[in-house]
Amino acid sequence: MSELALALRDIHKRFGATVALEGARCLVRPGTVHALLGENGAGKTTLMRIAFGMLHADSGTLERDGRAVRFGHERDAIAAGVGMVHQHFMLIPAFTVAENAALGGRGHLDRAATAERIRRIGASTGLAVDADARVRDLPVGAQQRAEILRALMQDARLLILDEPTAVLTPLESDELYGWMRRFTASGGTIVLITHKLREALAVADEVTVLRRGRTMLEGRADEISESALVTAIVGEGAPRAEEAPRGRSSGAAVFTLDGASWADAQGVLRLSPTTLTVRAGEILGVLGVEGAGQRELLRLLAGRLSPTAGLVVRPDRVGFIPEDRLHDAVIPDFSLTENHALAEASRLDRLVPWARHAAATSAILESYDVRTTGPAAIMATLSGGNQQRFVAGRERQRAPQALVAENPTRGLDVRATARVLDAVRDVAAQGGAAVVYSADLDEILAMTQRVVVCFGGRVTDVAPPLDPADRSPYARALLGLGA
Amino acid sequence: MDILVAFWDGAFGSTYAFWSATLVRATPLLLVGLAVALAFRAGILNIGAEGQLILGAIAAAAVALQLPPAPRVVMVPLMMLAGMAGGAVWAGIAALLRRRFGVLEVISTIMLNFVALAAVSWMVRGPLQEPTRVYPMSETFAAAARWPFLITGQRLHLGIVLGLLAAGALWFVLARTAVGFRIRAIGAGARAAQSAGGVEPERVAARVFLASGALAGLAGASEVGGVTWALYEGISPGHGYTAIAVALLARLDPRWVVVSAVFFGALEAGGASMQREAGVPAVAVQIVTATILLSVLAIAQWRNARRPVGAPE
Repeated sequence: MSELALALRDIHKRFGATVALEGARCLVRPGTVHALLGENGAGKTTLMRIAFGMLHADSGTLERDGRAVRFGHERDAIAAGVGMVHQHFMLIPAFTVAENAALGGRGHLDRAATAERIRRIGASTGLAVDADARVRDLPVGAQQRAEILRALMQDARLLILDEPTAVLTPLESDELYGWMRRFTASGGTIVLITHKLREALAVADEVTVLRRGRTMLEGRADEISESALVTAIVGEGAPRAEEAPRGRSSGAAVFTLDGASWADAQGVLRLSPTTLTVRAGEILGVLGVEGAGQRELLRLLAGRLSPTAGLVVRPDRVGFIPEDRLHDAVIPDFSLTENHALAEASRLDRLVPWARHAAATSAILESYDVRTTGPAAIMATLSGGNQQRFVAGRERQRAPQALVAENPTRGLDVRATARVLDAVRDVAAQGGAAVVYSADLDEILAMTQRVVVCFGGRVTDVAPPLDPADRSPYARALLGLGA
Repeated sequence: MDILVAFWDGAFGSTYAFWSATLVRATPLLLVGLAVALAFRAGILNIGAEGQLILGAIAAAAVALQLPPAPRVVMVPLMMLAGMAGGAVWAGIAALLRRRFGVLEVISTIMLNFVALAAVSWMVRGPLQEPTRVYPMSETFAAAARWPFLITGQRLHLGIVLGLLAAGALWFVLARTAVGFRIRAIGAGARAAQSAGGVEPERVAARVFLASGALAGLAGASEVGGVTWALYEGISPGHGYTAIAVALLARLDPRWVVVSAVFFGALEAGGASMQREAGVPAVAVQIVTATILLSVLAIAQWRNARRPVGAPE
């Protein structure tokens, strides 16, 4: 077992004028979990897409099990036992799990046999998914299991997972880690692309860190300290989170829910009657697993939904950073200036003051460190971190006193995360009120004074534990176990 | 060679060819092209400009034929208004179906095109048929209902002025005004327009649909008032469909719709001449048209595909 399962050496890749990879290296030993770390735009996904045959390197070498290979197409990579689960799933929502798994196969589709294989692999790996369920009806965690199962059905022995836990709850993440260990114990190999340092250190055997297209650090996870990793990822002067003091603010009420509830068009109660006050100078943290009601709670606060019963009192202008920014916050084909004006679209009258919006956009680019060519740049050409910094800046600018943020750091690197969270903190520091939902418990605890947990459409205030390091009250509430 | 000569002569070869053939054919294409471009910019797939044009023609003809005699300064504006109203009503049916019942406008507008054809067919055999009741057409309009020519001795008429004004106005509205911005926003990203901008996409879409129909209806009024001076069954040789090509070739930019309408007008004029002078079937021109359109769409698609959208991180 001396030869490497996967070896990428001296990989160069540019997209037009942008240099994505500049001599990157990644050496993956068989039977290991190999974490690939780095900022947004560091080249992690690009490097692994080259390993998966989706992209072609401009120069450099690729080896699989010690043999030099050239993957012209994903098919070649799959034939060599390589699989990849992308950050944004590549399943067809209207198809069932079995149909999706059969995609890319040849010959005629035997639904029963495919479903049977899925059940068999599911049973042996613990990745249970209903083979006959349509993908669009499945929660995100199950969709991810379906993606992994599809790769396993194609006999993948080396699986690349791109930010797999970004959309998972802590419990689901633990299940995934468990499966990863079993998979590597049986001789499989995993490359885990992630932003989460603790996750990488906890689950990975080996680590490779990329920064600006170059390999900065590689080695065994148990021999590398967290601070060394942080330095390698972001260079010097890395931001560090601090735990916020717990307790209640006595400022004036900014948001008030009085028995507010929301039911969907079918009359299903998604958010039970909720009474809640968020005061000036306060950051309220919201926790919840997928579909627990936090989505509705946040939209009531942001004014994107009207309560079907009860009362919501909120400021006229509330900044809102939605989870799905490309669909809900910005228009990818519009310029940054147009996207700035978008937030005012329904308030505008007569002529659009384009010059003013361009100037305000420039100010955001400056103060939120959005890296692009200028206000006329098209949104779609920005990286995810830059897009999110723009959205955070825009929402802060138009509503300085109230901000609602929904998983605002999803998929962002350390630096972008810090900038976005700073925007949230600024609101409270300047006497406003902010509400943040995050799938990351650490993130919530690090920055909020008060935490509510959504479970089954109910919102519960969680009293801060006596020992600040004790996270069990939050975990229990998240799982509906009571305080 | 003769074929190309015939084509050139018919489209640009003489002042008459340009002013009276090419531009007269470009006029309805310009107005309907703008109608289609406006709808498409808002994400409404209005394939029904053909039917809306026909309804506009019927309404304008009805005003010209049924109203008591009036001077031209009264009659012509009334015909314009009637044409716009006719087109808007026809589009309004599809808009209502979309809003109330979620019927896809692609389906409803295509079906309404056939209803419009049947309607005009009935009109010229029934209520609006000429007095002798022999020909399936209306009586010829009185002089007051004939739109003024712009140049003596040329057939170019008031309609192109309306088209150019509409193009300028539409460009201004889309590029500069809040209303136009909301229209572009719902077309480019309805969810973001609603979530981030507080725009109600369906309300905006319904209004755009009506405006698009009105523009197409105006083209119908312009055809009966400026060219035929009577209502015929074949009042539109598929202008509403050609207009989709006109709008797409212009990449939905009102300024370029002017250029692209003249281009397609020249193709039609040249094609007619080719058929007359060189015996080449007009279908050849349609093949040219289709080839151009496919090339434009393919190039646009290719450029889009090359753009680093959501560049990997």
